[in-house]
Amino acid sequence: MTRADALMVAMPGLVLAAAMLGGCEREQRRFDPATPPPMAGETIRQERNAYDVSQGKRLFRWYNCSGCHAGGGGGIGPPLIDARWRYGGETSQIVQSILHGRPGGMPAFAGRIPDEQAWKIAAYVRSMSGQLRTDVAANRGDALSSGPPESRRSREEIALDPTRPASASIAASAVSGAQR
Amino acid sequence: MNASTSGGWQDALLAHGPQAAQVLDLWRITLAVCTLVFALVLLALLVALWRAPRGTHETAPQIAPDDRKPLRRVGVAIAASTLLLLALLVGSVVTDRALAQLGLRDALHIELTGHQWWWSIHYDDPDPSRTFDTANELHLPLGRPAILTLRSGDVIHSVWMPSLAGKKDLIPGRTTTLTLRADRAGLYRGQCAEFCGAQHAWMALPVSVDEPARFDAWADAQRATAKPPGDELARRGQRLVLGGDCVMCHAIRGTDAGARQGPDLTHLAARGTLGAGTLPNDASHLAAWVSNPAAHKPGVNMPSATFSPDDLQAVVAYLRSLQ
Repeated sequence: MTRADALMVAMPGLVLAAAMLGGCEREQRRFDPATPPPMAGETIRQERNAYDVSQGKRLFRWYNCSGCHAGGGGGIGPPLIDARWRYGGETSQIVQSILHGRPGGMPAFAGRIPDEQAWKIAAYVRSMSGQLRTDVAANRGDALSSGPPESRRSREEIALDPTRPASASIAASAVSGAQR
Repeated sequence: MNASTSGGWQDALLAHGPQAAQVLDLWRITLAVCTLVFALVLLALLVALWRAPRGTHETAPQIAPDDRKPLRRVGVAIAASTLLLLALLVGSVVTDRALAQLGLRDALHIELTGHQWWWSIHYDDPDPSRTFDTANELHLPLGRPAILTLRSGDVIHSVWMPSLAGKKDLIPGRTTTLTLRADRAGLYRGQCAEFCGAQHAWMALPVSVDEPARFDAWADAQRATAKPPGDELARRGQRLVLGGDCVMCHAIRGTDAGARQGPDLTHLAARGTLGAGTLPNDASHLAAWVSNPAAHKPGVNMPSATFSPDDLQAVVAYLRSLQ
């Protein structure tokens, strides 16, 4: 066998092995009860794990986030499928929004939703605007879907909402609240 | 569980209702046919070996060149196979027909929904005020037919109560129906029979078949809302349950808890098991389950509660009071 022949045989094997290695942690399931939240600067485990993101998607439905955010399109609450953020689009900032609420109507879920679940929901929320790797984001759902699956959404450019600064949106919601 | 369960509590060969009996008859016919075919094939093989043309290591075996006999035998074998397969087909059709002809006068209507990895059960009634929800334990009145409407909340499940009826799948987005009647009082065990994820094996469905009077008493108790807790410890437990994350998924009728993502807990203490047949339902197992469900059922969607030991005791006292 010449060197070229050997290479021809070895290459597909190497490519396959590399693909398999890449998939190793993709769907790892951790069932330990109290996983500490990630430290500052650490990559967020939930955002590299398809199982965690799909659990986040399930919890998003279970806890009726769509009641205000309407499947990510927005309604009573702001849309989540764009990447315009009033209070920051980092995962830790989204977790903060879920657990401690935000002015203008977002309730605080601390004590109602365990921290571990909040991190999964935040990871899923980021996948709604295409911020996660496509092999990690969910590619199907159990409920009626709005738009293409998360794994096929193009990545939105993260921006703080320039049209509605936080203070203005609070004022606006206070006004609309008073009108009701 | 108790003495009445011994014998036929999860046994397809011990039928305790007409549907299971029909399936058992078909199973016996199939077993008989297959045994006969197996025996005949072995016999034919032995005869063929015995009568095979023999040679020594020096002479070739003598084979008659134009022997039509083997061809005739093959023809007979094909005809017999066709007849026997036809007999199985007829048996299967007759059984199916018989299963569909169960008398359903005065039938009880029950909606059974499969979830990963538990069952939600809704007892229907023409009078809406008499319907009620429960979970993970099916109660049937003795001798009265029941129509089970089967749904799934997530993936495909299948319900199989071997002593009472054949299997039926629960399919997301689709409704299937299972009719059955139980003709012997006692406890039975059903099991999810379609692989549905990590805890498929621990997705059991205890079934209790009771005399009609006892069943009615049970149903009346289930219709009632939860009793307010009696003592101070249980009251503290109730505050912890209603003020914590339990109510994000569970319902306790008569309180503000009304979520439907997990099993209904209104009469939790009246059930025999926890976690869909995973653990016996007593105070110590309940405490162990609440504080770390994943230790008993890895992958379960219920998160661990982070109660202090004192609080956990109060929560268990409250949940045990939900008779």
